[in-house]
Amino acid sequence: MSEVAAIGIDAGSTTCKLVAVDRDGDIVGSRLESTEPRVEVQVQRLLAALRNDLGAGPEAPAIATGYGRKLIKEATRNVTEITCHARGVFRALGRAGTLIDIGGQDSKVIQIGDDGRPVDFMMNDKCAAGTGRFLEHTAARLGVPVDELGGRALSALDEEAISSTCTVFAESEIISLIARGADPDAILRGLHRSLVGRVISMVRNVGIVAPLMLSGGVARNDAVRAMIAEAASEDVVLPREPQLMGAYGAALLGGIA
Amino acid sequence: MSELEALPHYVDSTRLERFVNYELVGKSALRVQRWRDQWKLKRKKPRPESPLNPPLQCVAYMKEIMSRHYLEGRYASGTRKVAWVTSGAPTEPLQALGYFLVYPENHAALCGVRRQAQSIAEEAEHAGWSRDICSYARTDIGAMLSGKTPAGRLPRPDMLICCTNICQTVLHWYRVLADYFDCPLVLIDTPFLYQEAHDHEKIEDMIHVAEEIAGLPLDQARFAEVMQNARRGAELWLDVLNRSQNRPAPMTAFDGFIHMGPIVDMRGESVTVEYYQRMLRELDARVARGVGAIKNERYRVLWDNLPIWFKIGEFSKWLGEHGVNVVASTYTYAWGELAPMIDPENPLDSMARVYLHPILNRSTGHKLQSMKKMVDEFQLDGVILHSDRSCKPYSLGQIDQRDRLSKTLGVPALLLEADHNDPRDYSDEQGANRLEAFIEMMEARA
Repeated sequence: MSEVAAIGIDAGSTTCKLVAVDRDGDIVGSRLESTEPRVEVQVQRLLAALRNDLGAGPEAPAIATGYGRKLIKEATRNVTEITCHARGVFRALGRAGTLIDIGGQDSKVIQIGDDGRPVDFMMNDKCAAGTGRFLEHTAARLGVPVDELGGRALSALDEEAISSTCTVFAESEIISLIARGADPDAILRGLHRSLVGRVISMVRNVGIVAPLMLSGGVARNDAVRAMIAEAASEDVVLPREPQLMGAYGAALLGGIA
Repeated sequence: MSELEALPHYVDSTRLERFVNYELVGKSALRVQRWRDQWKLKRKKPRPESPLNPPLQCVAYMKEIMSRHYLEGRYASGTRKVAWVTSGAPTEPLQALGYFLVYPENHAALCGVRRQAQSIAEEAEHAGWSRDICSYARTDIGAMLSGKTPAGRLPRPDMLICCTNICQTVLHWYRVLADYFDCPLVLIDTPFLYQEAHDHEKIEDMIHVAEEIAGLPLDQARFAEVMQNARRGAELWLDVLNRSQNRPAPMTAFDGFIHMGPIVDMRGESVTVEYYQRMLRELDARVARGVGAIKNERYRVLWDNLPIWFKIGEFSKWLGEHGVNVVASTYTYAWGELAPMIDPENPLDSMARVYLHPILNRSTGHKLQSMKKMVDEFQLDGVILHSDRSCKPYSLGQIDQRDRLSKTLGVPALLLEADHNDPRDYSDEQGANRLEAFIEMMEARA
């Protein structure tokens, strides 16, 4: 069993992730759960379980990121998601470029420099449009599980235009579309297009340095990936575990090169 | 019922009331208050846990001057002629004519700093004013309708001067004021015709109206004196701000936001000149001793746009804790950078020129150039562009400005979404997260 060199904790708004790395910076263990209201208690439990599984003691530094990072008493340091995602993806994909991280509460576009540090970034404005929450919320209205969203949007033959980028107003738009007998998959396709539209304007703002990279929970959604590639006319590459990149980056910041 | 009758809180004072409450008791009480403040500031023990060095001693004088100004305002109606003016209005002739000047924008900022702006703005919103309107306008209209103000009472205007060199909202805002107060409104439009800056017909019109209302002609000697003070005050203010080109900077832009009160509300008055002379002496002493406004100045940053008035104290402390000193701002600079244009020998010509050239009446490209110059002169590590929800003219172009600053100068630049006076348009958690990421970016470059 490899020795645990550091643990990264990403206490996100939707999911809570822990990643343990060895001295070479390789992932040796991880945990992922939906975020509970008392994230600090949840992290304590997950941390104990992870250490137990890996036979690790409390000596390895723990670095926290994500919205709940300041609540994590076990953390030796806390760092924003921007720096952590940049570091995690840089290590996982081995290249500089433009990273799009779409999380539950925030979406951000980060320009990763040649040393893996963020050179520039842009975040969505104070509104849920363009975040995972937008899809989650509107999908719930259609009764579609989050995991099926991308596939169904891609399989739709038509696309319903969703004009509102506001999550709440988009929901009322969906209700009207359903009342008019629109195909739910076509609505889903339109919703994805709307989200991608918001993200792409941020990407253009920060500037595209190929390749485009994706991380965060929404990266698992095929339709988002395909539509970003289409809108930017660039290839989109993903690390193997996009959702863990924040926690991975945090662990790497624990002193591993 | 006329509109004015619907505002019973605007009452006239008698000369006796003014004499007793302002001249006799008020001024003395404020002087005593200042002595107490000075004593407290001198005896203030160093606080090792604070990221900030002790405040400037001159702040006690500033408090006295501004409090005295607002106190005088309480008793101005009925005892002096009163003009309400926009922050970029050519006020020097009015001062020479003895007008008491009310700056609604400054008053709204005062409500913001005292954290009363939201509840006062809601008074306007309840009366049907849209939340999309400038939060200064909403705060002042709310104060006008309800009489709520941390200043105690504002005097009713005898005339209104609206100059469009800061925005177009003031045009509509002042027409509303004219309706309510049933008084003359002089509109000074400032089109982007900089080569026509010698045209001062509008300023002459304003002087005629003001003379008529005051019932006396403009005294040219007094006017020249006011112009001299205006120029000297603006020069000193610019000197004050430029002292922050030193490392460490002896003051922060947040100090600047507070200390700009006199140059905004009382430019042209000798008290303003004396105040900034005092402030400059104190800053020079700090520079000589190598004392900065914050204890550990690691990063030097520029602030663009209006302050977030309701967050000034928190931001100052929070940024200080992270080793960030906001050493300059385009906003405070606006009251000093035109000083060289003020020519007391040619008052009307130079006023026409000065009041056509504020940063908000120039192009977005000009603002970018000014910011680049400041990045260089103040040796800055980053720029925070406050994207102000309800100040569109100042926020216009910021996305491109941010882009150019970070791409051509390689300076980390952050777009921070908030509002100058409405706390409902700022989210603490998200704001702090962006600021932290911005600091990490500066760290990465250090």
